[in-house]
Amino acid sequence: MTTPLHIGFIPLVDAAALIIAVDKGFTAAEGLDVTLVREVSWSNVRDKLNIGMFDAAHLLAPVAIASSLGLGHVKVPIVAPFNLGLNGNAITVSPALHAAIMSEIDGDPLDPMATALALARVVAARRKSGAEPLTFGMTFPFSTHNYQLRFWMAAGGVDPDEDVRLVVLPPPYMVDSLANGHVDAFCVGAPWNSVAVDLGVGHILHFVSDILVRAAEKVLAVRQSWSEKNPNALAALIRAAAHAAEYIEEPGNRAETAHILARPERLGVGAEVIQRALDGRLKISPDGQQRESGRYLLVGREGAGRPDPAQAAWLYAQMVRWGQTQMRPDALRTAMAVFRPELYDAAMGRPGAAPNAPGAIGAFAGPAFDPADIAGHLAAFKIGHWKP
Amino acid sequence: MSAESSPKIVIVDESPIRAAILEEGLREAGFTGVVHISEMQSLLARIYALDPDVILIDLENPSRDVLEQMFQVSRAVRRPIAMFVDQSDAASIQASVDAGVSAYIVDGLKKERIKPILDLCISRFNAFSKLQDELDRTKSALEERKVIDRAKGILMKVKGLTEEEAYVLMRSTAMREKKKIGEIAQSILTASELLK
Repeated sequence: MTTPLHIGFIPLVDAAALIIAVDKGFTAAEGLDVTLVREVSWSNVRDKLNIGMFDAAHLLAPVAIASSLGLGHVKVPIVAPFNLGLNGNAITVSPALHAAIMSEIDGDPLDPMATALALARVVAARRKSGAEPLTFGMTFPFSTHNYQLRFWMAAGGVDPDEDVRLVVLPPPYMVDSLANGHVDAFCVGAPWNSVAVDLGVGHILHFVSDILVRAAEKVLAVRQSWSEKNPNALAALIRAAAHAAEYIEEPGNRAETAHILARPERLGVGAEVIQRALDGRLKISPDGQQRESGRYLLVGREGAGRPDPAQAAWLYAQMVRWGQTQMRPDALRTAMAVFRPELYDAAMGRPGAAPNAPGAIGAFAGPAFDPADIAGHLAAFKIGHWKP
Repeated sequence: MSAESSPKIVIVDESPIRAAILEEGLREAGFTGVVHISEMQSLLARIYALDPDVILIDLENPSRDVLEQMFQVSRAVRRPIAMFVDQSDAASIQASVDAGVSAYIVDGLKKERIKPILDLCISRFNAFSKLQDELDRTKSALEERKVIDRAKGILMKVKGLTEEEAYVLMRSTAMREKKKIGEIAQSILTASELLK
């Protein structure tokens, strides 16, 4: 007997494990009959998951946490038993902002501290000359993109709420907004950074892996109540996604993966631009300069699929740092409990596996992250909007 | 603020027909301050300039995420806006998501005042999608008619049948193979294309 499931996704490369799980038959092999539903906004994915129109979803990790805490919306406990991807975002800037940062930079342009300090000087010069503040696009208030941009610029002394504007933009609108000067930069997932570079309207300034070595990005999310009622379907879904992730990570399968993702009903963009993200080999400037990184997007390798509660704690700490919520020990526990490695281990037949290595986040600025002392951690940062 | 008399309502919808249907309904119900935004560029700036009490947006619109920014406490946001959800009333969320619409309200606006607006919105959205379905059905019926006519022409020519005989042949084949006559007609077109 097969179990019918409806799963929502946003057309981004980091939905790969989910799409391949379905389109290459890994879900069918687990006895699941999955219908993938392409959505246009994270709000829709969240709401349809919350009210049960979706059984599972490709979801921004911070949205899963915000839903479980009731931040910004109805409180619906969500669990994330599988990470669909680590990293995968990039910061792209307009040619004008790129030139301004490069003329101010003192150090290696790949060093996020050097670019953040240069950005601070650009921001100060603009203020002095009476120019409009710079505008940065990101995808959602509760998004990794929001926190990654903020973390980076604040390290250089730029207050993201006072010195620049941060605005939400749907990913498909990012490139147009950069081209017509509506934003000066954005942080978004693949393939949109590459699309901007190809059109000559943007330079990829950083892979987010420059800012954080290991950052939970999208998760496979289900309602906690659903996970309790459907343990077998959930385990089957985790296994299917894990097998798909393994398939995608095999370099010989990348071209086929990109081809499947490129279909109109999946991502609907060119296969070549998708494969760049999977390979971590991106064109970073309109003149054709390339950059390769083994850390651009991790789908399954280096244990990427196994959720790490420390990652949830880091995301919760960012919500606190930027005033989206107040620090409360019970809320921290709730946030960490969204990421469920034990469900992953049980589904994969590895109960009692060793916990993830500590300090795996690897931010370029500030002290090593300690989930047990978020207040102490946040106190180390000068810029922020939280009250101890 | 006009909220005490008639709340100012902004409709964010790229479909001009659906927006007009909704706007008309709201006006008939006595909500006079209705503005339609169809252009998504600088959406937040437009909304702030209008300073509405209620914002209605269709769920096919990616800019729905832009509205979520209005919950945030930041300098970019002037008046806090909340999504209209009633924790006690899951059915109303379900109904609005089913209809494909979502409502955002200025924090503090009373639930009794927004409920009739949302209900009206849901019924107009449902009426619109019914219209859309009928239109799609009519269109595909017309398409099918054309395919059947072309297949009939091919059978008449190749097998030397009359129009009546060609139609009867397709109908009896459809019944025997438990298919629709349109599908049989389509396979005749495909086959004749291949055999050209």
